[in-house]
Amino acid sequence: MNGANNQISGVSLVVRGLHKSFGGQKVLNGIDLDVRPGEIFVIMGPSGSGKSVLLKHLIGLEEPDAGEILINGESISTPEIAAKYRMALVFQSGALLNSLTVGENVGLYLTEHRLKTPAEIEKIVAEKLDDVGLKDAVNKMPSELSGGMKKRVAIARALVIEPQMILYDEPTSELDPLSSVVIGNEILELKRRIHVTSLVVSHDRDLAFGVADRIAVIADGKILTVGTPDAVKNFPDPRVHDFLHADFARPK
Amino acid sequence: MFENVGEIVLLFWRTLLALPQAWRQRQKVFEQFFEIGNASLLMVCVLSFFIGAVIALQTGPILVERSLASAVGGVVGIAIAKELAPVMMAILIAGRIGSAMAAEIGSMRVYQEIDALRTMNINPIHYLVLPRVLAIALALPLLVIFSILVGWFGGAVVADVNQHMEIPFLAFFSDLKNIVELKDVGNGVFKSFCFAIILGVVSCHQGLTTIGGPRGIGRSVTKAVVNSIVLIVIFDYILTRFLLK
Repeated sequence: MNGANNQISGVSLVVRGLHKSFGGQKVLNGIDLDVRPGEIFVIMGPSGSGKSVLLKHLIGLEEPDAGEILINGESISTPEIAAKYRMALVFQSGALLNSLTVGENVGLYLTEHRLKTPAEIEKIVAEKLDDVGLKDAVNKMPSELSGGMKKRVAIARALVIEPQMILYDEPTSELDPLSSVVIGNEILELKRRIHVTSLVVSHDRDLAFGVADRIAVIADGKILTVGTPDAVKNFPDPRVHDFLHADFARPK
Repeated sequence: MFENVGEIVLLFWRTLLALPQAWRQRQKVFEQFFEIGNASLLMVCVLSFFIGAVIALQTGPILVERSLASAVGGVVGIAIAKELAPVMMAILIAGRIGSAMAAEIGSMRVYQEIDALRTMNINPIHYLVLPRVLAIALALPLLVIFSILVGWFGGAVVADVNQHMEIPFLAFFSDLKNIVELKDVGNGVFKSFCFAIILGVVSCHQGLTTIGGPRGIGRSVTKAVVNSIVLIVIFDYILTRFLLK
């Protein structure tokens, strides 16, 4: 569709009235979101606020109790429409298949769907690993990689799909500041290079304010505010303010 | 265990529907097949030899005492081919391979690898379940044929060397040939094929439904082995009743 000349263009995402409960406990309580094509949209919120569950709904790993999700204006409730758009999720842990090498992980989508010849796959894998600065890791096993490297391999694996939207689940959790910046720059670079829509779920304030075009703050399964980083920073709601400005009680 | 029977049947049905994918997954089927063979061949050999030996030891002297020495080969032959080889090998493989399958798929589930497959539109049944069930359905009957032969050999050795029997090695086999028909061996092999499917599907199901962390994986492994063995024994009766007709 929008992928003319191999130039990937992001899709828009609209979420309306999304509800989800697990065993009587409301996790998503009427989520409304509008994400524009090609923007980096960061969803922030404390742990347990429903961020990851929201991501799982967007990629089709969970079914909502109520509400709808529209990609480029089309509801993805039917598998045909969902299959029309290429979306990738970068898992918090990376979720690389431990029994496969890095190269096999990155090429898995192409290998399993028989989309390319083995030689072409090898070339694409090398290319995508090079994009995330890990071309030497192709024959390593995931267990030999550090947390940050695993996440970069997961991003390479996502890129192979040529996604129109990439969802990142806590991309910088458990990473040192340097690795976090590498991942953040990677997200910015992908926006610049392939105009992909990026939806980042995180509670990392540095990452959010460093990369986001717009930020949404979520708490108790509801969106509290959406806006540019500056607007969100100055939003008067005490829950948003406390979350964004929490600091240690060290005497100044 | 029985509350999951519906889900297990559903997984079996989905695996059947995935059969047209078998050729595409042949590489994985062969990998699993060789792993099963590699992991179990020696154990099958030892276990089968001693099962044959002990059956000869238990039945032989009683039959010889009653001047039924020529029946020893037949009794040992039938017991092993129709019952002991298929059931004992299925139990051995449930412990050796079913547990490994549940652990591997369970940890993939816990560490979100299966979710990752689904986001890439890769069906976990095609990718994980089908190759494993097919491999075990091919491997177990072959192991059972091997087990039957080794078991008979074990029985023959004991019947020959035991002072209460002293049935010559070759006489044991010619007695065996008089009673055991090819159909009896086929019977046991067919049963083992059914057991293989049961233990493959049960173990994969248990892996796919694993929740929690390492403890959840441990629980899944235990349940996979115990449930497989219980179902195998129940189906052993049902199949035997059906095959006897």
